[in-house]
Amino acid sequence: MTDKPLTKNIKGDKPADLAAYEANGGYVAVRESIGKKSSSDLLDMVKDSNLRGRGGAGFPTGMKWSFVPMEKTEGHKYLVCNADEMEPGTFKDRVIMEKDPHQLIEGMILSAYTIDADIGYIFIRAEYHAAAKALHEAINAAKEKGYLGENILGTGYNFDLHVHSSAGRYICGEETALLNSLEGKRANPRAKPPFPQVSGLWGRPTIVNNVETLCNITHIVANGADWFKSLGLGEDSGTKLFGVSGRVKTPGCWELPMGTPIREILENHAGGMADGYELKGFLPGGASTDFLLPEHLDLAMDYDVIMKAGSRMGTGTMIIMDDKVCPVATVRNIIEFFARESCGFCTPCREGLPWIHKILDSIENGRGEPQDIDILNRQAGFLGAIGHTNCALAPGAIEPLASAMKYFGDEFNQHIEEKQCPYSAKNGAN
Amino acid sequence: MWIGNKVNVMSMAKDKMVSALSEQEIEEIEAEISHLPNRSAAAIDALKIVQSHRRWISDESLSAIADLLQMSTAELDGIATFYSLIFRQPVGEKVIMVCDSVSCFLMDGEKVGESVKKKLGIEYGETTSDGKYTLLPVTCLGDCDHAPAMMIGDEEHHDLKPETVGKLFDDASKRSGDDAS
Repeated sequence: MTDKPLTKNIKGDKPADLAAYEANGGYVAVRESIGKKSSSDLLDMVKDSNLRGRGGAGFPTGMKWSFVPMEKTEGHKYLVCNADEMEPGTFKDRVIMEKDPHQLIEGMILSAYTIDADIGYIFIRAEYHAAAKALHEAINAAKEKGYLGENILGTGYNFDLHVHSSAGRYICGEETALLNSLEGKRANPRAKPPFPQVSGLWGRPTIVNNVETLCNITHIVANGADWFKSLGLGEDSGTKLFGVSGRVKTPGCWELPMGTPIREILENHAGGMADGYELKGFLPGGASTDFLLPEHLDLAMDYDVIMKAGSRMGTGTMIIMDDKVCPVATVRNIIEFFARESCGFCTPCREGLPWIHKILDSIENGRGEPQDIDILNRQAGFLGAIGHTNCALAPGAIEPLASAMKYFGDEFNQHIEEKQCPYSAKNGAN
Repeated sequence: MWIGNKVNVMSMAKDKMVSALSEQEIEEIEAEISHLPNRSAAAIDALKIVQSHRRWISDESLSAIADLLQMSTAELDGIATFYSLIFRQPVGEKVIMVCDSVSCFLMDGEKVGESVKKKLGIEYGETTSDGKYTLLPVTCLGDCDHAPAMMIGDEEHHDLKPETVGKLFDDASKRSGDDAS
């Protein structure tokens, strides 16, 4: 058994085709489970594995699934794969879909069988042309082989799988916004409850899971919960696709045990900082996570460990901020993104984020006033609180801002006092 | 009287629909509708289909699609204008989308965007006077280990440098046999 289940088929530039996928143990879990094991057995296995959602929130997958009503009723149940990878700095699901699409399809068949869903959608962002093409081809091949569609492998179980290519907007990655978008509507997040497990797509029970989460199901069912737990170094189970971007020697994405120390990822895999640059801070799991500092490098990339340090592991793809870039400008860039991507439904988010953006822009360009810091702090407290808005976009946007003000507050003040950006003063006009 | 009016309105709607949408577009949209629980659920698919044939969604296309999906034009416009990749204004032959998210920003992505603007003589949201390119910023393209990144049409380009990114447009003109003057 491999210790890198998610990437074992990834070789070269081309996607692994059906023959290559099967030759490496692919679809064995489907053959041995569909119609042979009960859905409650599979659910128990996923619960025992302690798999946590890989889309960023880290919610236990087995628990999420256990809220789906299982009594037989008229009408469909849906399994939706969230392949709308748009969190800035995140580039992991793309790798799987482009290079090993069958892994995702097999994971979706097993997951759908577990919750008794008969229709599945892969909601993929519009710009991922190569991934969508690989998925379409793989779905057709799987259908021909009897793994998808009606009466799968003669067991009487039906599961249809469709690819839906999106039309842009980051908010589509929020699961209830995604469901509205699949229904052909504006992608405004829904107020919860009801949760999608009970009333999701077209009012029917629906599970939405991230690409990497669903891929893990394939390996948990094939190799068992204990094996999966043994892969992690700390409390969390399995492996994780970790990534590093920014001024490092070899940016990239690697499958490593859950709980791998940050220093090991940064130094051994990303090759350390690029020549002439030093580490100033980093966002551990995408743009909507709090900054951490060099003093946090020895922490393990585990959900709870990073949470205790005041941030979130998020998507596990780290964004490195070096010492030559202005932290105020970096946060301005991030807030500009969230202000643009707000769906506009909740007033605090729609009005608050552009306000914060304007203030940061002023500070960055030497037009900041001392009271701007108070406004930023007040807005951060207000927008950062869960419950003032329908979804987590605004609280997520505040995480990098509030943490930057905590760790790099002196530099915000320096911009205001000196009426210019010390970085562009140092580097000449920017 | 009432029935007569209704027939009239419907046949008017049908004439308008046929003139604004091609047979092929209607066929492709109907294929999407066939696996959805109601016609308006195909709204985004229908907008994307028409855009794939015409590059953008004109007022005429919008109202024809709304008729076909049996929804109001206003509602469909609300959907069309929500999504960043549905274009309600004419765009160039190719849409350039420069990633302006944080991983690209940290690797001089803003300067890459400035270089492209300078090379083409347009700002974000504008189209070159020869109608070849429309320039837009885009959300993180998920290519952060090769930042900065951008797309020209469906093609992705990465590891860009502010000093050399302009060459991509010289090369593209040469490939299509045009004079790059």
